[in-house]
Amino acid sequence: MPNVLPTIAALNLMPILPEMILAGMACLILLIDPFLPRHGRNVSYALTLLTLIVLFIVTLLHMSPEVRLSFGGMVVNDPMSDLMKLVSYVALAAVLVMSRGYLRDRGMDKGEYYMLALFGLLGMMILISANHLLLIYLGLELMSLAMYAMTAFKRDDGRASEAAMKYFVLGALASGILLYGMSLLYGVTGGQLMLTDIATALTHDSPSLALKAAVVLLVVGAVFKLGIAPFHMWLPDVYEGAPTAVTLYLATAPKIAALAMVIRLLVDGMGGLMSDWQPILIVTVVLSLAIGNVVAIAQTSFKRMLTYSAISHVGFIMLGILAGTQAGYSAALFYAIAYVVMSIGAFGMILLLARQGYEAENLDDLNGLNDRSPVMAFVFLLLMFSMAGIPFTLGFWAKLAVLQAVVGVGLWWLAVYAVVMAVIGAFYYLRAVKFVYFDAPTDTTPVNADWNVQGVLALSGLLVLIWGLFPSALVGLATRAFGG
Amino acid sequence: MISLSQFLLFGAILFSISVAGIFLNRKNVLVLLMAIELMLLAVNVNFIAFSHFLGDIDGQVFVFFVLTVAAAEAAIGLAILVTLFRNRRTINVEDLTAMKG
Repeated sequence: MPNVLPTIAALNLMPILPEMILAGMACLILLIDPFLPRHGRNVSYALTLLTLIVLFIVTLLHMSPEVRLSFGGMVVNDPMSDLMKLVSYVALAAVLVMSRGYLRDRGMDKGEYYMLALFGLLGMMILISANHLLLIYLGLELMSLAMYAMTAFKRDDGRASEAAMKYFVLGALASGILLYGMSLLYGVTGGQLMLTDIATALTHDSPSLALKAAVVLLVVGAVFKLGIAPFHMWLPDVYEGAPTAVTLYLATAPKIAALAMVIRLLVDGMGGLMSDWQPILIVTVVLSLAIGNVVAIAQTSFKRMLTYSAISHVGFIMLGILAGTQAGYSAALFYAIAYVVMSIGAFGMILLLARQGYEAENLDDLNGLNDRSPVMAFVFLLLMFSMAGIPFTLGFWAKLAVLQAVVGVGLWWLAVYAVVMAVIGAFYYLRAVKFVYFDAPTDTTPVNADWNVQGVLALSGLLVLIWGLFPSALVGLATRAFGG
Repeated sequence: MISLSQFLLFGAILFSISVAGIFLNRKNVLVLLMAIELMLLAVNVNFIAFSHFLGDIDGQVFVFFVLTVAAAEAAIGLAILVTLFRNRRTINVEDLTAMKG
C-alpha cells in the first residue's frame, strides 16, 4: 500500500456521487421529519421519491462501459454496478409507492420507514460497488441493520418482533461467519484486503487447508442474505412476520445487492478457486430447488408460499453463478432482475387485497379475484405464469438463460434436475391461478385499493408480458453488464 | 513469545464457543446476543494476530470498524429485544414459536 495520504483535492469524489447524494438526503430527511405535522408524511415521502429520481439521473449520466476504480481501488464502478444500482432505485421507488396506502391504513406511516429504506439502499449501493473486504462488510451491515429495524417496525405486533429477533440472530451469525472467513483470507493471502489483490495473491500458491476453510465460510456468509437453502430457515418466518410493506422491501432490492456480493466475493475475489466453491454451490442449489418447490405446495398462506417460491428462485439465480462463465453471470443477473419485477407484483397482490384491519395473506383470500377485478386478475395470471416459467413470459427466458449457462459447462444432470423441480413448482402457481379464476369469492366487494398500488401492479404485469415477448433488450443489458 | 498459531487457535476456540452458544442455548435471547459479540471478538483476535505477524496495519484498521459495527448491532439487537419483551412478556428462546420455521 503506497504511503501517501491523498489530499481532499486529489481525492476524486465523482465515482461515489450517488452514494454521497443519498447519504446527504437521508440525513436531511431525518432532520426535517420531526418538524413536520404529526399526521401525514407527505414531505418525507416526496423527498424520498425525489432522491431516488435524482439518483437515477446521476447514475444514468455517469454510466460507462469501462471499469473505473477509485479510492485507491476500494470502490469499483463497472457496467454491472451501474445496472444493479439503477434496478435498485426503480425497485425501491415501486415499493415505496405501493406501501404508502398500506402504511397509512395501519398508522405506520412514519418518517422512519423512509429513512431506513434509504439507509438500507445506501448499504446496497456500497455493497454493489465494493472492491475491498471492509467495504463489503460495511455495506452488508448497513443494509442488514436497516432491514432488521424495518422488520420490527410494527412495534406492537408480537409476530413482527419475533420475526425481527430471528432475523437478527441468524443475520448476525451469518455476518460473523463471513467475517471469520475474511480474517482467514486476510492471513492466507499475506495481508490483502482488496479483492483484485486477493485474486492475484491466490493464483500463486496451491490452496491450503486454511484457504479451503476461508472459502467455505465466505460462501456461507455470502449466500445467507439471498436466503438459499440450507440457510433459508429465517426467510419464511421473517417474510411472514414482517408487515407486508416491509416484506415487499426485503424481497426485492436486497436480492440484487446480495447477488452483487456473491459475484464480487466469489468471482472477482476468489475466481481462481472456482473448483473449491462450485461444489458447495451445487449442493445449496439442489437443496434450494427441492425445498423451495416441494414445501411451497403444502402452504395455505399465500405469503409463505411466495417465500418458498423465493427460495427456489434464488436457487435458479445461483445456477448461473456456479456455471462460472460470463454467460452464466449475466444469466444470473437477468434472472435476478426478472425476479425483482415478479416479486414486486406478487407481494404487491397481498397489498392490493389487504384492507384496513385485515391482512389478506391466505390463499383463499385470492378466491374469485376475477369477479372482483378482472384487470388485476389478469395481472396475477401473468405474474404466476412468469414465476412458473411458462413460455413467452419474462420468467421463461430467465429460466432458459440460466439453464443454457449450466448446460454450457456440461452440468446436464443439474439442468434436468432444475427443469423437473420447475415443473413441480408450476403446480402451486397454477393452483393459485385456479383460485383466482374458478373459485367463488368469499368477499364479493370490488377491489378498491389505491390507484398507485393498481398502477404499479399493472406496470409489473406489463413488463412481464413485454419483456416476455421481446426479451432481447433486457438480455442485452445483462450481457453488457459483464462486458459481453 | 506467543506464536501466530496459538493466537489462531485461541480465535478458533472463541468462535466455536460462540457458535455452540447460539445453537445449544434454548433459554435466553440475551445469551444469544452475547454469543454474537463473542463471535465478532474471535474475528478481531484473528485480524490483530495476522496484522501483527504480517507487519500490515490494515488488519488493525479493520478491527476498529468491526468494533464500531458490533456496537451498532448490539444497539439494534437490544432494541428488538425490548419490543419483543413488551409484546410477549418473555425472552425465552423456546417461546419464539408463533411461526413455525
